Amino acid sequence: MRWWWWIPLMLFAGFLGVAAYQLTQPKDDFVPSAMVGKPLPAFELPAAIEGMSGVSTADFQDGKPRLLNIWASWCLPCIAEAPQLDQLKQEGVEIVGIAIRDRPEDVAAFLARHGNPYTRIGADDLSQVQLAIGSSGVPETFVIDGKGVIRYQHIGDIRAEHVPILLEKLREAGE
Amino acid sequence: MIAELGLAALWLAAALAALQLYAGAMAQRPGGEGAAALVRPAAVIQGIVCAFAFLMLLWLFAITDLSVKLVAANSHSAKPMIFKLAGAWGNHEGSMLLWVAVMALSGALIALVERRLPEKTMLATLAAQAFVGLGFYAFLIVSSNPFERLPQPAIEGLGLNPLLQDIGLAFHPPTLYFGYVGLSVAFSFAVGALVTRQVTPEFARVMRPWVLGAWVFLTLGITAGSYWAYYELGWGGWWFWDPVENASLMPWLAATALLHSASVLAARDALRAWTIMLGVIAFSMSMVGTFLVRSGILTSVHAFAVDPERGSFILALLTLYIGGALALFALRAGTVSEGQRFSVTSREGALVFNNVMLSAILGIVLLGTLYPLLTEAFDVRVSVGPPYFNPVGAIFAVPMLLVMAVGPLLRWRRDSIERIRRPLILIGAIMLAALAAVLALGEISVLPLLGLAIAVGLAVASFLPLRGRRLTRVPLAVWGMVLAHFGLAVALFGMASESAFSEERLAAVAIGETAQVGPWEVALSEVLPAAGPNWTAIEGHLLASYAGGDPIELDPQSRSFWAPPQETTESALATRWNGQLYAVVGSEAGAGRWQLRLWWKPFVTFIWYGGMLVALGGALALIGRVIDDLRRRAVLARIAERRGEEAV
Repeated sequence: MRWWWWIPLMLFAGFLGVAAYQLTQPKDDFVPSAMVGKPLPAFELPAAIEGMSGVSTADFQDGKPRLLNIWASWCLPCIAEAPQLDQLKQEGVEIVGIAIRDRPEDVAAFLARHGNPYTRIGADDLSQVQLAIGSSGVPETFVIDGKGVIRYQHIGDIRAEHVPILLEKLREAGE
Repeated sequence: MIAELGLAALWLAAALAALQLYAGAMAQRPGGEGAAALVRPAAVIQGIVCAFAFLMLLWLFAITDLSVKLVAANSHSAKPMIFKLAGAWGNHEGSMLLWVAVMALSGALIALVERRLPEKTMLATLAAQAFVGLGFYAFLIVSSNPFERLPQPAIEGLGLNPLLQDIGLAFHPPTLYFGYVGLSVAFSFAVGALVTRQVTPEFARVMRPWVLGAWVFLTLGITAGSYWAYYELGWGGWWFWDPVENASLMPWLAATALLHSASVLAARDALRAWTIMLGVIAFSMSMVGTFLVRSGILTSVHAFAVDPERGSFILALLTLYIGGALALFALRAGTVSEGQRFSVTSREGALVFNNVMLSAILGIVLLGTLYPLLTEAFDVRVSVGPPYFNPVGAIFAVPMLLVMAVGPLLRWRRDSIERIRRPLILIGAIMLAALAAVLALGEISVLPLLGLAIAVGLAVASFLPLRGRRLTRVPLAVWGMVLAHFGLAVALFGMASESAFSEERLAAVAIGETAQVGPWEVALSEVLPAAGPNWTAIEGHLLASYAGGDPIELDPQSRSFWAPPQETTESALATRWNGQLYAVVGSEAGAGRWQLRLWWKPFVTFIWYGGMLVALGGALALIGRVIDDLRRRAVLARIAERRGEEAV
């Protein structure tokens, strides 16, 4: 009898061990971005509409914490969160937008209709930056500290109850 | 009454399986002739009784008996009859019962007709089959009783998952189960052969039709599942490397390897231990896949009713079946001698290479599927996707496909490259020409480029084994191989073309406006509400014209079901010989505009045509093998008859 005939059984036992362990663990389906705690990847996006500037990594290096909002004119929840973004702007928060797979005229129409809380809007036509910062859908909002490090990720639209949380995270990022 | 009858039949079938296992095991001992006589009848009756239990479940769904929990949870009196019946297996309990019923019927079939192997091996095989069946019966009776009554009959059923209310999907899971059952039979044969140390070419010949049948069903199941995900999920993709998809791909990979190694064993009496190992692995993969899907320990895009308790049960079954078989393998494999030798450049050599590559791809898919599970144990969440599977898989798939073009040209046992030099040069030249032609079309990435070139070369190469032969005298099994290999080339061409040349357009379009994608011009003519028996929808009316030709009407929908509430997209497809336009309508984007997602996918349909050709090839080979077997039987019977006459 040779020892290597036992290898398949050993591998199988290993699988059983992991599977049995996992079965006893509670399930948590929230998947945070692996980028939280890491600096923004280097990127430079052109402006999404005329008359506003685009977005690049360098814009986040001036020591001031900001919100980075990933949105699109074709996204319904983005309309739902517009009032909350406006409220955050009233509170003095600087919001940088990245429009995903959009057209300038649609972006302009959206802003005219739902207000413009953004200081800059970049156009991410191929979702490259979106994927690079670990966002899997629209809308998502990130808290970026003054050194360009991602501090917090909010998945989905911002509802009224989320505003204080975001303000608190921004305050922490500013310390 | 009907439910109680079904449950009683299930218990009876379980008792018969226990008897079959006990008698089969006793028959292995000296003086076990009495027990041996019980095994085959027990298997036949078990098959009939278990099939009866499944018929009772079908009946309950047909009459929508709402006092039965399973019917109330999965059916609805207003549903069309075909979906009521499909509801019987469109859930965990019913699908398990269907699985075990088909398995019991297969056992009955072997017990009735299979007499080529030594009787002891057959009895051990049937005992193994009963052992597997017994586990499933316990599973059904203890934790997934399909016949459970409600204390109070429900007033109305809760409907079928709207995503599942689709004729294609009604027949998709059973196809996979038939495949899994075929692999369970192959597993039982492997265990029987190991127990009695009878790993012979005859064993491979007996096992092969079951593997072939399983392989045909798995191929059909994967092809259909891929097309379903493509048009139903509305994401425009046809394969997502999702755990559920991988769960169906892994048994297919193992079955493909098993099929080829069984052919070597049948023809040349080589690869004995390897064939046994693959027989165990192929069935393990179908069980592991079922476990991953049902236990919910991996997150999937395919919504499934998951249940950790059932997961634990399947894991326990897995431990018994696979752990037992692998331990038996470790103890016995040393006593299975290696078999005939062969040179590297021979048909066997090519098949061994193909086997190693297939096993490597299987290992890669398995690792990628289980990796998140492994890291989660250390609190690191990852998701493994196409960036891993595609390139890593290709490392092994590309050499395998190249050898696949050449292998069938080689002779058994010993051959030389020199002898097949001319076809080799032809295949090489075609691949290079295809490579150059694709490069001339523009810049595309490496994998699709290689895929296109290999597909064209393989398509031609797959017909070369027919050259110089009288086509009317070529055996069906060879036609099957040719067709299956050609089908793979067709599918590969579709995959590579889809990934190289697809164009996507996402637009917010107002009524009367047009959007361009590839050679198509698509105009949104109107958006209207639509309604069906249990849903309402917005339906977009699109007029699509290809390169300025006559417009075709497309009506994609975004549906809202109300029992249970759920949103789905119904994509609309315009199919041409050279590809498909894929349109999805989304919700209103404000200002009278509607979200419209368009894809132009050149030759994407080849993926599924190819899959069907592969399955058809497998079916031809299966028919060819069965006919051969029947002929041989007739000849043997005639010889026996003549001997009998001479004796008189």
